Amino acid sequence: MTGWVGRPITRFEDDALLRGAGHFTADLPAEAYLRFVRSPVAAGIIDGCIAPDGVMMITDTDLASVPPIKPIIRKFGYVPIAQPVLARGVVRYTGEPVAAVIGQTEEQAEDFADLVSLNITPAPVCVTAEAAMAPGAPVIHPGMADNIVVQTALTTPGYESANAKAAHRVVTKIRSHRQAALPMETRAAHAAFDAATGRVTLTCTAQMPHLMHRAITAMLGMAADELRVIAPDFGQKMSLAAEYVVLVWAALRLRTSIAWVEDRRDNLMASFHARDIAIEVEGAFDNEGRFLALRGDITANVGAYAPYPNTAAVEPLMSFTELPGPYDIGEYSCAARGVITNTCCSAPYRGVARPAITLAMERLLDMAAMQLGMEPAEIRRRNLIRIFPHTTPTGLVYDNAAYVETMEMALLAADVPGFRARQHAARARGVYLGLGMSSFCERTGYGSAAFAARGMDIQPGWEHVDMTLDGDGVVTARIGASPHGQGLRTTLAQIIADAVGVVPANVRVVHGDTDHTPFGWGTFASRSLVISGGASLIAARKIRERLLQQAASYLEAADADIDLRDGYASVTGTDRRVSIAVLAQVHGGFADDGFYDPLGTFSNATHIAMVAVDIETCMVRVERFIVAEDAGRLINPMIVDGQIHGGVAQGIANALLEEVIYDETGNILTISLADFLAPTAHEIPAMTILHRETIADATMTGAKGLGEGGTIGAPAAVLNAINDALAPLKVTINEMPATPARLHAALRGTK
Amino acid sequence: MKPCAFIYHRPSGLPEALALLAAHAPTGGRVLAGGQSLVPMMAYRMAQPSHLIDINHIATLQGAAMQNGALVIGTTTRHAAFKTGICPGPLGAMLGFVSSHIAHGPIRNRGTFGGSLANADPASEWCLVMVTLGGRVMLQHASGTRMVAAGDFFTGVMATALADDEMLTEAHLPWGQGDQWGFYEISRRAGDYALAMCLVVYRLDNGLMRDVRLGIGGAEATPRRLAAAEAILAGQAPTGPNFIQAADAAAAMLKPMTDHNVTALFRRDLVRAAVRRALHHSLNHE
Ligand SMILES: Cc1cc2nc3c(=O)[nH]c(=O)nc-3n(C[C@H](O)[C@H](O)[C@H](O)COP(=O)(O)OP(=O)(O)OC[C@H]3O[C@@H](n4cnc5c(N)ncnc54)[C@H](O)[C@@H]3O)c2cc1C
Repeated sequence: MTGWVGRPITRFEDDALLRGAGHFTADLPAEAYLRFVRSPVAAGIIDGCIAPDGVMMITDTDLASVPPIKPIIRKFGYVPIAQPVLARGVVRYTGEPVAAVIGQTEEQAEDFADLVSLNITPAPVCVTAEAAMAPGAPVIHPGMADNIVVQTALTTPGYESANAKAAHRVVTKIRSHRQAALPMETRAAHAAFDAATGRVTLTCTAQMPHLMHRAITAMLGMAADELRVIAPDFGQKMSLAAEYVVLVWAALRLRTSIAWVEDRRDNLMASFHARDIAIEVEGAFDNEGRFLALRGDITANVGAYAPYPNTAAVEPLMSFTELPGPYDIGEYSCAARGVITNTCCSAPYRGVARPAITLAMERLLDMAAMQLGMEPAEIRRRNLIRIFPHTTPTGLVYDNAAYVETMEMALLAADVPGFRARQHAARARGVYLGLGMSSFCERTGYGSAAFAARGMDIQPGWEHVDMTLDGDGVVTARIGASPHGQGLRTTLAQIIADAVGVVPANVRVVHGDTDHTPFGWGTFASRSLVISGGASLIAARKIRERLLQQAASYLEAADADIDLRDGYASVTGTDRRVSIAVLAQVHGGFADDGFYDPLGTFSNATHIAMVAVDIETCMVRVERFIVAEDAGRLINPMIVDGQIHGGVAQGIANALLEEVIYDETGNILTISLADFLAPTAHEIPAMTILHRETIADATMTGAKGLGEGGTIGAPAAVLNAINDALAPLKVTINEMPATPARLHAALRGTK
Repeated sequence: MKPCAFIYHRPSGLPEALALLAAHAPTGGRVLAGGQSLVPMMAYRMAQPSHLIDINHIATLQGAAMQNGALVIGTTTRHAAFKTGICPGPLGAMLGFVSSHIAHGPIRNRGTFGGSLANADPASEWCLVMVTLGGRVMLQHASGTRMVAAGDFFTGVMATALADDEMLTEAHLPWGQGDQWGFYEISRRAGDYALAMCLVVYRLDNGLMRDVRLGIGGAEATPRRLAAAEAILAGQAPTGPNFIQAADAAAAMLKPMTDHNVTALFRRDLVRAAVRRALHHSLNHE
């Protein structure tokens, strides 16, 4: 029996986007436009902020009754820190919003912003984690003893003795430099006050419309009904923007519609950054190259403030919990900390900390393989987990998977012996080719238990779907999750179509509007298809049951003989049938709901990159890229491939190009796309993508999450490939991006 | 990233444009050519012109033709116009090849030859071509015209001999006897400004290199011919060892620009590679 699930149907989302007919927040006309005046320095005391006569300006004084953004974790020594929505007497990073001015056009608002005279007495800055942790460093937030906002450590009871037995010991330090998510659509918001109802409708780019609604109404003392949030979005918007709070405040105060569109400079300077992480790892191996123990030490520079809801702890804690990855590492000892600095705050970006921890583990394994005289694949073969479920030293439970088999698939496609021959021949001509691999597993689709374990005050997890089947034969699913470009509208339609018995085109997915959807947590952590898909399946199956009964009585047959498919109910083996629309009309429609809160599931992949390193110019070309992945059941293979293509492109950029750079005074140097280098089609090779489908029994649909995997695995594969290429020259590089300047310093030995 | 207010003019003839420039230059009026450098600078408010004099609708300023052994290029001739050979022979082929290194397709469709020269980015390919070939530019203002040699025109990073009320109207590109040319550019991504590039032109006389012109761009404040490297090659056979000597000489005499991406040492290494590869390119255009 074939259904819609598993077919590469084209995405319902694409038609409007490809025709240029998509809607964007910035398209909405407004009566007034707002512009933020931002701090030109990384640290200082505000002496004055004065607007010329006639310019309407909002400062912290106006917002005295608005509480700061202050998300909380009740574990891991987390110190809650407060971010006033507009700076309160002190600025803590370059680009921090200090005031907002209002004009009739965007141009005028920017003119006004230029006229504001902002006087700040600069204070000493800490730009790097090292500087912020140095003895005597200025403490950035009052009430803190130092700049460490969160720290945790764990040593398993058997660690010391296992570590002592090591036949080989390998230590390495990796550095993941700061990234920006670089969404095509920057943050944008439009808040419209309706005098008739007294409500504000906030249309904004956000991945969690319901949570934005909850946070903003609480901060501004609004009743829940006084705010409607419409937020379909794409990327970087998992966290509450202080700017949105100001905008809703202004719409309420001015009783008008008011818009803010972040420009590229502000986005690169003052939207959320990510992945400023340093990791030291030490592996203790036996004679055969098997892990006896792993030690990790993780420092994340989390910036000046803590984003809501995830807090400033997400990167160090995720690194700490997930560092061992797909390997059976034996015993574990790890310490992790998050450090406040005078930089823009760090927030979850596709993959979060995992590109960095994967780099650490995969460099460690390659270096161990070299020390033991083994092929990189062989040491992985000996250490990848083979028996499931597997419980890690930090208590994660990996569900059924096939890590070794996935790796072998990738290796076969890469033809490693063939590559080695080419590599050898090329070296003789002074051409340096390299092959690098990386294997990882990715925690996806996790429910509220996982968030409760973090001790977060806000514990996302479940999803809820309201579903109706109407007399026109159309199924409407109202979801709390929020598609943001990943094709969820299409994949949910495929799941629902099979379960109810309609065609996907007759499934409508309503999302991203707090007036029209049940509460849900939104899109993040590779969860939407797994959790919203599971909730959709639960709701659809309930409707199916009732539809079967209705059809059986209508067609005078037994329930068991009814086949529901593509809009019709028919009696198996006969030509008797009735349309589902008619059944729904007779019944007066069907309505049901689904609620799903899974424990989570781990997808996995092996990436292989083949690169050419030009040792004169220090330019790296990625020539081939292979991904073998296992994300359980493929709901739509084309969408899966698309997710991997995009993710790998971001990962290659992370490995070679993209970097947020501050100078030593905390001034940011990468504020345009001429400086923050995004990849183009020229830099990204065609990819070979291979799938395994280990059906996940941990999820309703058998699918595992895969939204972030491409981004997670690619950087380590590229770095390993560069190191493989340069091995004859005895040069290593463990920093990403591996820019030409860094490669040059490594090659010339001039650090 | 919205520009400051400005007044927009669209003259259809050169005298009118020059008159507008004379009138408004003293209070911040500027020429708008392809807008591919000026408009982004206005968006970032690094440029805040009070008046823009759009020269895109002056028909006489567009197009190129050979005159007395030189290619005369109208200032608003687009980068894209060079793609398939703006003139016959090696000059057209060379310009076509070089033009493909400038930015990306959409930018090449708008950006202009003269705009690139007036903008004087140290890494502009057209500036390098002008200096290496010994080109001249015609500068006009409401009451006169002067010709300036490319080597004198570029005075620093994004600085030229243009007076505020002057417009660059033509570029003259001479092409000597030589028909050997080679070009190599190193940039982070396809379409990015060069970190270093080299253009070399010479003729072969019984297998020996003559009239060698070797220029580098993207590495110093302005593009420059490197006499010491040229001297090493002159009268020699075009062989690998000679190329290496010339490349070493180029790297040694460099006054490198540095920034957070490129140290002085790295820039020298890049120039060495660019020079050697441009020389090899001159032997093999595959
Ligand atoms: C993403 C990107 C990548 C790029 N990469 C490259 C590259 O690799 N190489 C490269 O060379 N360029 C590159 N450019 C710049 C591009 O080539 C521009 O077209 C060129 O620098 C300026 O030409 P324009 O016609 O667009 O001039 P405009 O932007 O219109 O003007 C530039 C400046 O010159 C002045 N001006 C223009 N014409 C005249 C004139 N006739 N007389 C007097 N003053 C004049 C203007 O007032 C202004 O100050 C890039 C641009 C972008 C956006």
